[in-house]
Amino acid sequence: MTRSVSLFVSCFNDMLFPNTARAANVVLRSLGVKVEFPRRQTCCGQIHVNTGYASMAVPLVRNFVNTFSGAEEIVAISGSCTAMVREHYLELANRTNDVNLISKTRELVPRVFEFSEYLTDVVGVSDVGATYPHRVSYHPTCHSLRSLHIYESAIKLLGAVRGLQLIDLSFAEQCCGFGGTFSVKNSPMSTAILADKVANIVNAKVETVVALDNSCLLHISGALKRNNTGVSVMHLAEVLAHGLDGVV
Amino acid sequence: MVWMVLSDMAGSRVGFPYTSLPRIEDSQLRANLRSATTAIREKRGRVVAEKDDWEELRLKGEQIRAEVLNNLDSYLVKLEASVENVGGVVHWAGDAGEANEIVLSLVRQHGESEVVKVKSLTTDEMGLNEYLSQGGVMAYETDLAELIVQLAHDKPSHILVPAIHMNRSEIRDLFQGTISKGTALSDDPTVLAEASRLYLRQKFLSAKIAISGVNFAVAETGTICVVESEGNGRMCLTLPKVLISVMGIEKIIPTLDDLAVFLELLPRSSTGERMNPYTSLWSGVHKGDGPEEFHLVIMDNRRSAVLADPVGRQTLQCIRCSACLNVCPVYERSGGHAYDSVYPGPIGAILSPQLFGTESSKSLPWASTLCGACYEVCPVRINIPQVLVHLREKVLTEGHRSSSERFQFAILSAVLSSGSRFDLALRTISRLRFLINRFLAFGSLPGVAGKWTVARELPEIPKESFRVWWRRSRGQ
Repeated sequence: MTRSVSLFVSCFNDMLFPNTARAANVVLRSLGVKVEFPRRQTCCGQIHVNTGYASMAVPLVRNFVNTFSGAEEIVAISGSCTAMVREHYLELANRTNDVNLISKTRELVPRVFEFSEYLTDVVGVSDVGATYPHRVSYHPTCHSLRSLHIYESAIKLLGAVRGLQLIDLSFAEQCCGFGGTFSVKNSPMSTAILADKVANIVNAKVETVVALDNSCLLHISGALKRNNTGVSVMHLAEVLAHGLDGVV
Repeated sequence: MVWMVLSDMAGSRVGFPYTSLPRIEDSQLRANLRSATTAIREKRGRVVAEKDDWEELRLKGEQIRAEVLNNLDSYLVKLEASVENVGGVVHWAGDAGEANEIVLSLVRQHGESEVVKVKSLTTDEMGLNEYLSQGGVMAYETDLAELIVQLAHDKPSHILVPAIHMNRSEIRDLFQGTISKGTALSDDPTVLAEASRLYLRQKFLSAKIAISGVNFAVAETGTICVVESEGNGRMCLTLPKVLISVMGIEKIIPTLDDLAVFLELLPRSSTGERMNPYTSLWSGVHKGDGPEEFHLVIMDNRRSAVLADPVGRQTLQCIRCSACLNVCPVYERSGGHAYDSVYPGPIGAILSPQLFGTESSKSLPWASTLCGACYEVCPVRINIPQVLVHLREKVLTEGHRSSSERFQFAILSAVLSSGSRFDLALRTISRLRFLINRFLAFGSLPGVAGKWTVARELPEIPKESFRVWWRRSRGQ
């Protein structure tokens, strides 16, 4: 049976990190998964909910549910967007008293998976055939670690990448300080937390920091670049696409 | 990412972003906090890991506390009857003012002008020491760290370790200027402890009245439980003739059997110990044994309003262990004073705005990255991130944020609720890409992006969004 997924790339990746979405597409297709990209998709609504404008996220929930409710399985390339769907969607749908939307949401939520989780737990693969001969640290982003509990998925996948040396990061489980609008509302605090994360990365003497969320990686790389550390960041999907055919 | 184009969203110039600023820049404070929280965090991790049934204990703790809160009215009545049955006197206080008045009048009835105190957050919440002092009664804190804070005319900065922001040599200097005047002290902890011991023993022996908080009040038996580490609390609870204990309405547990669950959860979560050193339990008064008079002051102080909020209610499950402070990336870099409340850290960020509702406390729900470390360690499973997000919405709904921010988020919502509007927005951004990237290169960005680029670079906007690529290539 051929698996078929609809890719939810998130507004953030669509606009700023198209290569991550293209890499996820490559990895999934190389595993024989048929990939769709429903064009009506926009944003999961996380920024509204987390900043305090949850009611304004309701139309976004409606758009997401209408866009994806026909899909067999939905794969998101962001841990925090996946957590948003799992933790908030039903409550937000309930606010509308729209019985149809509520039941569609209830059916949809369990079919939404984070990318690495989909590979290890649904497809059941750990070696996708990638090669990435570099020193790498994995930063478990807060939502992937503590909301989705999928730390092991990325570790399994990275562990199977040819040539990849996985280096422990001190205090890896600590937040990078991003937190969406927190990074500007409490900017000095956000950068103080970030400074410690960056120091731990530099101490690990790695070439690349890998994570499941480009938002956190954008934050981390912002300081890695500013401090001329020479360390790059990469979404897990891009690491896994290395050495596969059709990589950009 | 679209929010990067929004204008500056900072609200008024009060609240956590401003109170935390000098603390973030205080390198001594950062070092003190980092070493203390890291040590407690690691200790907690070790003793929790050795309990195979830790998650079951957490579930049990949550279930007991939630059940009490769901039936608090009947538990309060039951507690009152049980305490009176064993010879205690129960006083009801609607707010902090009433509770203060009750305590002061009890002290006055006995003609005393000095009391000794066991460390108590609830009396800090009431501002009891200040109130008593205005009424001519001096309250002596007897918990070592509380004593240090009191002598320094400072405020506690941690629920469990009130003087966590101070180091040994700062404490030595303080003692030499106060309780050990004329004595040369070293900064050896044993020497410092001895200095406080000499001072406090006299207070224990002379005081006629003691005031304590309450960790747990057992509804069935009227038994009160206070947990502490030094034994100074035990002195206060047993030596003076009169004991006045103050509790918030939520501190009830149903039976003594339930206490067993919390005496496992609390020490492992708070101090990282397997067992609490001094656990005092008493039921009313007993002739010739301990205080001759026992008063229990039960205070609401807006807790019943918290109880009425179905999401916020879980906040009252808290058993004040402070594990959430020790794992919080924000607390570790701001310390407790930045929260401008007796309840700092993640639990303070959800408790203070609900209890006090002051302008500064309304900024606290945003003083978190929502990283979830607090929820993970909470022994009674308070979903702090969930309550934070709920309170953010509540504060904004009550209209305490700039309307320009609301306007911008409304526009964002309108754009993002339709695939075709988002298409258009992405195409427009693509067209303006050269202009935006040039701005980025010069680092001269207005508003939010300007705040971001103080310490971080921004990426360039790529030539092609994913959706444009997909349409062009059909995903091949």
